Amino acid sequence: MGKRVGIEVSIAIAEAVKLARAEVIAAYPITPQTHIVEHLSEIIANGELDAEFITVESEHAAMSCCCGSSAAGARTYTATSSQGLALMSEILYHPGPMRLPIVMTVANRALAAPISIWNDHQDIMAQRDIGWIQTFAENGQEAVDLTLHAFRVAEDRKVSLPVIVNIDGFTLSHVIEPIVIPDQEEVDAYLPAFKPRVRLDVKKPVTMGPVGIPEVYTEAKMAHNEAIKASKRVILQGWKEFAEIFGREYNPVETYRSEDAEVLLVTMGSISETAMTAVDAMRDKGTSVGLVRIRLWRPFPGPEFRKAAGKASVLAVIDRCLPPGAVCGPVGAELRSIFYKMPGAPKIFSFVAGLGGRDVTVELFEEIVDKARAYAKKRPTELYEVIGVRER
Amino acid sequence: MITELEKFKGFSAKNLPKEEGLAPGHRACQGCGEVLALRMVMKALGKDVIVCCATGCMEIVTTPFPQTSWQVPWIHIAFENAASVASGVEAARKVLMRKGRIPKRHVDILAVGGDGATGDIGLSWISGAMERGHDFLYVCLDNEAYMNTGVQRSGCTPYGAMTTTSPPGKKGSGQVTWKKNVPAIMAAHGIPYVATASPAYFLDLMNKVKKAALVEGPAYVHIYSPCPTGWGSAGERSVEFAKLAVETRIFPLYEVIEGRYVISRKITKPKPVTEYFKGQRRFRHLSEDQLSFIQAKVDEEYARLMKLSEAT
Repeated sequence: MGKRVGIEVSIAIAEAVKLARAEVIAAYPITPQTHIVEHLSEIIANGELDAEFITVESEHAAMSCCCGSSAAGARTYTATSSQGLALMSEILYHPGPMRLPIVMTVANRALAAPISIWNDHQDIMAQRDIGWIQTFAENGQEAVDLTLHAFRVAEDRKVSLPVIVNIDGFTLSHVIEPIVIPDQEEVDAYLPAFKPRVRLDVKKPVTMGPVGIPEVYTEAKMAHNEAIKASKRVILQGWKEFAEIFGREYNPVETYRSEDAEVLLVTMGSISETAMTAVDAMRDKGTSVGLVRIRLWRPFPGPEFRKAAGKASVLAVIDRCLPPGAVCGPVGAELRSIFYKMPGAPKIFSFVAGLGGRDVTVELFEEIVDKARAYAKKRPTELYEVIGVRER
Repeated sequence: MITELEKFKGFSAKNLPKEEGLAPGHRACQGCGEVLALRMVMKALGKDVIVCCATGCMEIVTTPFPQTSWQVPWIHIAFENAASVASGVEAARKVLMRKGRIPKRHVDILAVGGDGATGDIGLSWISGAMERGHDFLYVCLDNEAYMNTGVQRSGCTPYGAMTTTSPPGKKGSGQVTWKKNVPAIMAAHGIPYVATASPAYFLDLMNKVKKAALVEGPAYVHIYSPCPTGWGSAGERSVEFAKLAVETRIFPLYEVIEGRYVISRKITKPKPVTEYFKGQRRFRHLSEDQLSFIQAKVDEEYARLMKLSEAT
């Protein structure tokens, strides 16, 4: 049995990486990710974890080191945020098709301009299509558990893909929560040592990352796509076994008071807890409302989401990202696609909220639900709406 | 003093290794000085080496999937980050050996890039890796432009040279800046070993590469690599041009061992730079003024190098 302690979420994630026995960590400091790698360097300096910590000169180099380390067969971890994730961007496209199982925590944060250190999902949505498995944590416990799950899934030989665990910057990374830190024995039982199928080894030379001439490029991309789609089975299996060992259950999509709800809020990340409070408040007033939360973002759990949405007639999707000039937020677009031309599909309204650290309050959720219900009767003129904008 | 080099006797014509890390059969242009140099590098290193290659000619011509010219483990990630990838490989091997997860065995780690990947876009990545002190060898194969993308100028393109982005015209007269001194930048990191080499002096090249691999910590070898396609020169004259670059003092051969400059081949009676320029289309537009400027600057740079070797 693990030990329940009051601990900052970033520190707890670092503890999870230690329990996972990470072997190489390469990182560059960026707010609000810093506490994670700071604590990891302390852990290594204290001899609590036998790992190499590479103090790189940029996030781009961090991800480059991670590619080299993973290719050489070491369990590899890094963490970043925002501009750092953007700086990594070029290299983020490599480990997927190259099947390098790197695990990364992204403490989600807004992107400049204007410069902002506060939380939203613009950084990760700009990297939506890098071909990594991606999950979103709601709270500290989930952040810890998803980190262990990430290593397990990434390194499974049937998967062999990089994984990102998204946590909301500050609102999650910097809060102190009661979190069960698992026992080393439990983690060891869940997470065997990394045994790559191929690695850079002079006894068995391989060529990694060759030129993709036109005759093979499409097939290489296709193989990656198939791998990420097929990873869902292992992701689910990973959560099933997690429940067996640690007693905490996880699913690709979670619901709250959704069974008979007419309107469903759709969220990702830590605002979901506020959304639950809002659902309770609205239910008390007699509004038929529930919540669907997406935990697994890539591969997108389409069937699970359709099932979770049930018979609701209205979906109010909250995106924490405003793609300029687009028709709606990325989560909204995804959901419109999976319900497209489906008989009895709910009406989907896309809202953008909580940009650059703006609070997403219970009142804001109530406003969103009111608007969605009104739009269900009379279609809005715009395809999405930015909520909570100050007029002056 | 670096103790690792004491036992090394050096290659000679009689004891050249038979092993080839780079197999025959690749898609480099005829007369490519770069692939010739790379073959020597690999011959010097043997089979116990992991290669981290930057994007560039050597990556493209050796690995069109499903073919590969590499007989040793090889990885390519991107244009600028070969040194970082090498850092990751080195760190991973270190921890895996320490934990007994892989057998203990010394393996050289080679990062290789062209002059664009090394002197321009990748400079910060290489600098970071050297500052951290990873035990690896970086080899720059310098053909003096972004050849793989169609001969655009790089920071290592020599003054006056014509490229597609430094074209001579009514107002321009080729590259306007002096060649970036990348070996000096590397030496400034205080790493144990830096050297310049040329495929025209193949034993010297192989010995320097081997020494660079033997020293513990980061090492850097800058190899002059003629490019008939980019230079507009005859393929069969590549080695000749590589030799002329040394004999005219345009590309002096030297080592920087723990900060000590050692000139490998003193050129006491230099040939005029014009002799090197003849037969290279990239220099044919040079004016008399430009030629005199280049000659004066080459003399000055060589004198500075001599002073460095005397002073250190």
